[in-house]
Amino acid sequence: MPARVLATQEMKIASEDDVVLVRRAVRSLAERRGFDSFASAALTTAVTELGRNIWIHARHGAAIIEELEDGPRPGVRVEFKDQGPGIPDINWAMAGGNSTASSLGLGLSGTKRLVDDFQIQSEVGRGTSVRITKWKRF
Amino acid sequence: MQSGMIPILKVGGILLASIQTELNDTSAQAFQQDVLKAIERTRSRGLVIDITGLDMVDTFVARILTDSGRMAKLMGTETVLVGMRPEVAATLVRMGFSMQGVHTALNVDEGMALLATLRSSRDGE
Repeated sequence: MPARVLATQEMKIASEDDVVLVRRAVRSLAERRGFDSFASAALTTAVTELGRNIWIHARHGAAIIEELEDGPRPGVRVEFKDQGPGIPDINWAMAGGNSTASSLGLGLSGTKRLVDDFQIQSEVGRGTSVRITKWKRF
Repeated sequence: MQSGMIPILKVGGILLASIQTELNDTSAQAFQQDVLKAIERTRSRGLVIDITGLDMVDTFVARILTDSGRMAKLMGTETVLVGMRPEVAATLVRMGFSMQGVHTALNVDEGMALLATLRSSRDGE
């Protein structure tokens, strides 16, 4: 049975401060949904890395934050979308140690390790979408 | 660039910087420059960076902190990063980030003690 979406909130990312606002919104949602402090820190860090990617590489984009429920299990899903330059080689970008602009090379591969599900789609000249999901552990 | 957002105090020959507010890219870079200038100005032989107040450290801020330590070392000053929360340590390790170039200690007291040891072993060479 697919997870139910309880609520959706879209936030724009067009500045460094917007990244902080998205991070705060996700942190407070994770806490409200009963995530422990480790899961909450992992999710917020992932959100910061991906939010910063939008700001650095695309300048404009959005974060769509969803509250999920899979049976009794609460979850949070965040999709980061931009119409930026796109990633020419996702496999290369996902391999640890690769970096462009002022990112650090741990960005995407490191972020993937912090969440339960990580989906990335990108098209050169069209933009990038990264969707991460984290579930509360019991 | 904003500057002076994070107080950097001289305490008994060493510098103590206590980061209490979450950093963004701009304030993290400003902090790095402030701390290096403070080392030059005060000729401090040790630097303690207290991150007890940070409940999240992403790779950018982590890189700024470790780079600051390596830069301080080039200037002749050892850096100890103290007070990293368990959640922060767990997240950074899971991401594959290693805090190369800085010493770490549990808290400010232990950090000060470590600096004293590092200094006496160096002076003894």
